[in-house]
Amino acid sequence: MSKIIEGLYYSESHEYVRVEGEFGYIGITDHAQHELGNVVYVDMPEVDDEVTAGEEFGAVESTKAASDLMSPVSGTVVEVNEALEDEPGLINKDAFENWIIKVQLSDTAELDDLMDAAAYKAMIGE
Amino acid sequence: MAEEIKTTCLHDKHVALGALMTPFAGFDMPIQYKDIVTEHNAVRNAVGVFDVSHMGEVEVSGPEAEKFVNRIFTNDIAGAEVGKVFYGMMLYPDGGTVDDLLVYKMGENDLFLVINAANIDKDVAWINEQAAAFDVKVDNQSDYYAQIAVQGPVAEAQMLKSLGIDASDLTFYTFKKMQLDGETIIVSRTGYTGEDGFEVYASHDTIIKMWDKLMADGVQPCGLGCRDTLRFEAGLPLYGDELTAEISPVMATLSMFCKFDKEGGFIGMEACAKQKAEGSAKKLVGLVMKDKAIPRHGYEVLDGDKVVGYVTTGYRGISVDKSIAFALVDREVGALGNELSIRIRKKVFPATVVKKRFYQPNYKK
Repeated sequence: MSKIIEGLYYSESHEYVRVEGEFGYIGITDHAQHELGNVVYVDMPEVDDEVTAGEEFGAVESTKAASDLMSPVSGTVVEVNEALEDEPGLINKDAFENWIIKVQLSDTAELDDLMDAAAYKAMIGE
Repeated sequence: MAEEIKTTCLHDKHVALGALMTPFAGFDMPIQYKDIVTEHNAVRNAVGVFDVSHMGEVEVSGPEAEKFVNRIFTNDIAGAEVGKVFYGMMLYPDGGTVDDLLVYKMGENDLFLVINAANIDKDVAWINEQAAAFDVKVDNQSDYYAQIAVQGPVAEAQMLKSLGIDASDLTFYTFKKMQLDGETIIVSRTGYTGEDGFEVYASHDTIIKMWDKLMADGVQPCGLGCRDTLRFEAGLPLYGDELTAEISPVMATLSMFCKFDKEGGFIGMEACAKQKAEGSAKKLVGLVMKDKAIPRHGYEVLDGDKVVGYVTTGYRGISVDKSIAFALVDREVGALGNELSIRIRKKVFPATVVKKRFYQPNYKK
């Protein structure tokens, strides 16, 4: 059974957003990392790139497949998790601790379209 | 119309082991049990077992069996000793590949062909079509035979310990028939991993018993996921990726398995000889990248701004810690050391042409 954290926002494509003030930390859920298997590469955008809710901003790759990353929210990338460049497997160790990008949110109302922990838990059937 | 998905006799075992199951070549097959890296490394470092019962087996016998198989097969089996195994292809007249396969010489004019699961119906139809002019009998035994592959540097010892099969007398690409509980089984020193190992063909019941013994002894079950990473690193082609109806063995740089000088020739020989003499328009190469981005099947290969080919198979290597690929490219850009690039999603990454064998196989010759 995978880990789900209260207080985060979840997307149907298994990304999460942890909101801190005007910023959102975006990563993939524990359920997603488990489904993917060993993460061997994370394709991340660059700082100052714009991301749009519902659109692809990168990919996370396991040995067997590449999986697109869909941004749950819109905004500007202010930081990427550079530790993942050298050690993408950190996502398997702790997907919630090892976020992928930090975004300055442009429209916090978008968070209302996302799921809370209970709804996400129900979606993945756990 | 969706065809009913087939299962191997070990299907229940895979499910009970918690394998991730996926349709492959019409069969519901295990992709991985634990994870690809663990299973891959088990085969490189010790031993692993694969269910390859989906593979097809066709027996060709009769007075003209050898002559016939030599005509449809690119390698040369004429006059070979009983007990030899040959790798090669069946080709269309234009040089495109029907399938790649193993041919076991079971007896004089008794050949056992091992073909890819996805191609069984197509191959059997092709073989029967060509057989009309020969005095041979073609018998598709794919439903009878189950098959396991025991692969890795300690495979020989494991075969003896778990299955009581002493295969120490077999050299690479030879086989023997053995009697086991009144049943004739086939054991060959062959595989698809770049490591020493064996393939065992037997009835469903016997293969199930063997699988259980290997599991009881703690042998790592290995899925099709690592089967692909293992064969790829060792430079081995997969039908559908590196060999297709459009890709000849000459284009795939597998001419060494085509015997152009054999008596009677083979179907597709003239086309392949022409490609060899003139240089085929396309050529399969290895590519290695400095970046960590991962090339995948179908990604474009570029020379400057020009698209010159596509990736046929690509991975972040497991035994080779680099992003590596096979790619079918225009011949003129395929020289070793040439600098090309691969488009991976929105970005383009440099890649250097290298030999396709990324990992040096450890066969017991």
